[in-house]
Amino acid sequence: MYQVGNLVKELSDKHGHERESLMPILQAIVQKHNYLTDEAMVEVARELDISAAEVYGTASFYTFLDTQVKGKYVIRVCKTITCSMKGKSDIIQTLEEMLNIKVGETTPDKQFSLIETNCIGWCHKAPAILINDLPFTELTPVKVTEIIKDYMQK
Amino acid sequence: MENKGLNKVDLIFEKIDNQEVLTKGFKMSKDEIIQEILDSGLKGRGGAGFPTGMKWKFTAEEKSPEKYIVCNADEGEPGTFKDREILDRVSNKVHGGMAIAGKAIGAKKGIVYLRGEYRYLLPKLMIELDSFHKMIKKIGYDFEIEYRMGSGAYICGEESALFESIEGKRGEPRNKPPYPTVSGVYGKPTSINNVETLVTAMMIVQHGAKNFIKYGTKDSRGSKVFSVSGDTPTPGIFELELGMTVQQFVNEFGDGDTKAVQVGGASGFCVPRKKFAETIIGFEGVPTGGSMKLFNSSRSMYNVLHNYLEFFTEESCGQCTPCRVGCQQLLKGVEKVKKGEAKSTYLNELMKLADTMKIAAKCGLGQSVGNAFKSIVGNFKEEIIY
Amino acid sequence: MINLLINDQKVAVQKGTTVLAAARKLKINIPTLCNHDDLCVAGNCRVCIVEQKGARTLIASCATPVAEGMEIHTNTLKVRNARKHIVELLLSEHRSDCTKCYKNQNCELQSLANDFAFGDHVFLDLVEDKKYSIDRSSASFIKDDSKCIRCQRCVRTCSELQSVAAITVANKGANQKISSFHNRPMSQVVCTNCGQCVNRCPTGALVEKTSIDQVWDAIYDPDKHVVVQTAPAVRVALGEDLGYDPGERVTGKMVNALRQLGFNSVLDTDFSADLTIMEEGTELLVRLKKALVDGDKSISLPMFTSCSPGWIKFVEHKYPEFLPNMSTCKSPQQMFGALAKTFYAKKNNIDPSKIVSVSIMPCTAKKFEADRPEMRSSGFKDVDFVLTTRELAVMIKQAGIDFRNIEEANYDSIMGNSTGAAVIFGATGGVMEAALRTAYEIVTGREVPFGNLNITPVRGMEGVKEATIKIEGCVEAWKFLEGAELKVAIAHGLANANKIMKMVRDGKATYHFVEIMACPGGCIGGGGQPIPTNLKIRQKRMAAIYAEDEHKELRKSHLNPDVIAIYKEFLDQPNSHKSHELLHTHYVERDNY
Repeated sequence: MYQVGNLVKELSDKHGHERESLMPILQAIVQKHNYLTDEAMVEVARELDISAAEVYGTASFYTFLDTQVKGKYVIRVCKTITCSMKGKSDIIQTLEEMLNIKVGETTPDKQFSLIETNCIGWCHKAPAILINDLPFTELTPVKVTEIIKDYMQK
Repeated sequence: MENKGLNKVDLIFEKIDNQEVLTKGFKMSKDEIIQEILDSGLKGRGGAGFPTGMKWKFTAEEKSPEKYIVCNADEGEPGTFKDREILDRVSNKVHGGMAIAGKAIGAKKGIVYLRGEYRYLLPKLMIELDSFHKMIKKIGYDFEIEYRMGSGAYICGEESALFESIEGKRGEPRNKPPYPTVSGVYGKPTSINNVETLVTAMMIVQHGAKNFIKYGTKDSRGSKVFSVSGDTPTPGIFELELGMTVQQFVNEFGDGDTKAVQVGGASGFCVPRKKFAETIIGFEGVPTGGSMKLFNSSRSMYNVLHNYLEFFTEESCGQCTPCRVGCQQLLKGVEKVKKGEAKSTYLNELMKLADTMKIAAKCGLGQSVGNAFKSIVGNFKEEIIY
Repeated sequence: MINLLINDQKVAVQKGTTVLAAARKLKINIPTLCNHDDLCVAGNCRVCIVEQKGARTLIASCATPVAEGMEIHTNTLKVRNARKHIVELLLSEHRSDCTKCYKNQNCELQSLANDFAFGDHVFLDLVEDKKYSIDRSSASFIKDDSKCIRCQRCVRTCSELQSVAAITVANKGANQKISSFHNRPMSQVVCTNCGQCVNRCPTGALVEKTSIDQVWDAIYDPDKHVVVQTAPAVRVALGEDLGYDPGERVTGKMVNALRQLGFNSVLDTDFSADLTIMEEGTELLVRLKKALVDGDKSISLPMFTSCSPGWIKFVEHKYPEFLPNMSTCKSPQQMFGALAKTFYAKKNNIDPSKIVSVSIMPCTAKKFEADRPEMRSSGFKDVDFVLTTRELAVMIKQAGIDFRNIEEANYDSIMGNSTGAAVIFGATGGVMEAALRTAYEIVTGREVPFGNLNITPVRGMEGVKEATIKIEGCVEAWKFLEGAELKVAIAHGLANANKIMKMVRDGKATYHFVEIMACPGGCIGGGGQPIPTNLKIRQKRMAAIYAEDEHKELRKSHLNPDVIAIYKEFLDQPNSHKSHELLHTHYVERDNY
């Protein structure tokens, strides 16, 4: 859990206090923390003068605006047909073994979260994943192990 | 139907001098620009295929001081990755195309809605945008572009859902009428165009409609960028003239064992081998936003169908009954048939349901689920049942 | 005018009319589900789809404006097949336990199934795979997701009509659901318990928490003495659930039925409404003196009424800084409850621990109000059980009472007498009117200067009403108000309450006294009233309320003999120490999520 502090105030000063400011503000919070706490959503609701339920309802619509705790690095593995055909299951298995968590879970040290996602637009270089914003493509179990090792050392 | 054969073209990614092309474009009146686009026969490159000239004309006709040109960069159709490539390599042409559109329709503001999965492109795009704004100011044209990000919702590629998202709400498609050209983003007249459409429009202004119609067929003018993936030795981005048959496509991109081609992604049509020769890739045959997936004989079409139905069940916005519940019924239905827990004749009921979804769903997503369903079940029934 | 054809019949309507409304003009009823007259158009259920010549898809008639030359067909094979599918799809997501369901026979999905989907259903049951939850945390209602058909009427109600937005649409696709803030129990969020969502839910997904069994147990417990009070708005709506048209007054029969159900004493909330006027009227005049004459800075104006528990909770969550502005008077329900176990018990020589106090209310928020920890001034729970108007109708049916044909009867005495000023509490503007009838007379010695005591400027369905009353010719004790212009405002429905609160918060409101009712129309449109509800129905109930008032012998609260008696014998005078103990309360700041 993180403390939202002044972040929401700063973001609404930057993006505005209108309903249309909601997406940029929520996105900025997620950019920083990878998910939205209840406290953050309540703060946003207060700044924009809308109900907390409305903030939650909007956030929960978007897959990347997570309202559940996420780790520092969110690994999204594409599960749409081409990645599925090209070995996504092996990638998932490798990651589950490496991180010792199942798809949908976060490591106890809050470093990594592993989730499946729909087509991220790298079908010609499948299988592909996103780690936070960065795409990694043409993956093999060996390759993905290297990538995660790098992240672990950060 | 015309068959132009498979011809590679290199127009979209051609490097140009933005300032030069735009200066030429701004010398034209808005009516001249619109006429040029109408003459070119350009149809939307996102998949829906609405005549771009008509869209700009309708928006231009609206009397409102505030109008918008929106670039739909929410490319989310499975198998489509050509807009990503365009934004990566020639974003200056995307911005330029928006400026031209702005002139045509009378919009001083442009918004690019970029899908969250492409956020890694943003730093590069911002640099290009900055130099674009400087250049536009230099040549004395009042036009400003803003970027808005998506956050992981396929349905936001639907025009009215996209507007809702920009306005800070859930991406739930709106009731139509009114249509975007009358009431779009913020309730103002809006022309929403695909990334590739805007680049192509700029190309037409640069080279003229007469040169554009040298490519393609009467109903599918010009060339198009395709994103090819699946069982192919050469996956990637290819710009091809419109009007080839699926057979010609497979001859070029297949691995020698192509069983089926999914044209248009999950919301498109599955073309079986026996129909390759007679099917034209274009608006008169099977249209596509660019997604072309090849499946060879090792693939189970049940898995393909299941994957698509799971996709729709998750990505549906959920507001309307035919789509929200229909997708779940189709998914659960084929699972039951496969497991033998439902009779194979149940598929006939599901085909009827797919028909209902096509005419009763609120937006294009729900209306298109039936395309893949009917074409896969219709052509590969044994693979679904056994 | 736009001309179009529906089922080959010509019709001409104004621009902007929907196809649905145009069809209604031709007496063609296209079935609907997500559509509701009180709410904005949704167009998501797709039940109202019809065929338009030349259109690629079917169109939603509730959401499509007419166009010149349109040709519509409402019942073609295509439409019928699609509609049957749509109803079946809804049923496949819905836990159909009709024979156990509270909304059995008053459920819109059931009616659609009956009309369009009888016979074998083709689709698979989806309920078994879903992890539906049932939220029973609220004192006022139950939210059962397994019966929700996602029409979103509740969300639109809470957001548009009530500006509370305690519930929202969450997630998407197959996981889409109606949810509170991050799925919290409804008792832990900003919900005001007003029950307007319950009124508009087409199925059994939202129903009140019933107390019918507990009340039967109390009535048939030989050890217990069960007292019942009836709110003003119940007597003009109860009939709707018993075969009457909206707007029919069934007071006498209601009293008779209650007696036949077995209540030991049938009394009237209207009595304590008159009492409320005495307490609140005095409170207002004292505050005005302190604020305007004595310059007491601790007194904030305007003063707000406090008889609507939905409104109270709204302020506690959203505008807690204005709690000092609220009248400290309890609602008539709670005043009655406190007196039932003290005054009434004493008068009748009954051990208060044996008294069970029941109220019949048009309201769901009253169930929460009765449970509030501070509502125990009698030393016991002041109001034990609250039954909605709907629940009373069920009990009457269960007892086999032939309601239409029973005789009229009168309330019992002691706390059964009331005036016309009390009965108009049930309509928006009623509390204000009742207060003015008494306060004006106390201050000037004269009746309010309105024909027949009908203060029409404060009546009616307009969202926010304002009035200014000039105070002239004051009696000696109230001379300080001479020439004052008393500015009052009335709002009903929390969206209108919100408008007023924003004005007050921004310092733009110059009112002295404001009446707020949480429900559109006031209590006659309450969350516990018969379903369905719409503006016409509420107008008819409102007219009935004012008719009750006109037919009363006494029409000013301070003339109620029971009220005069209770001050003489028990309470001493309005705002006395005893009154404060039993009839006044305090409020609680709550979170805003």
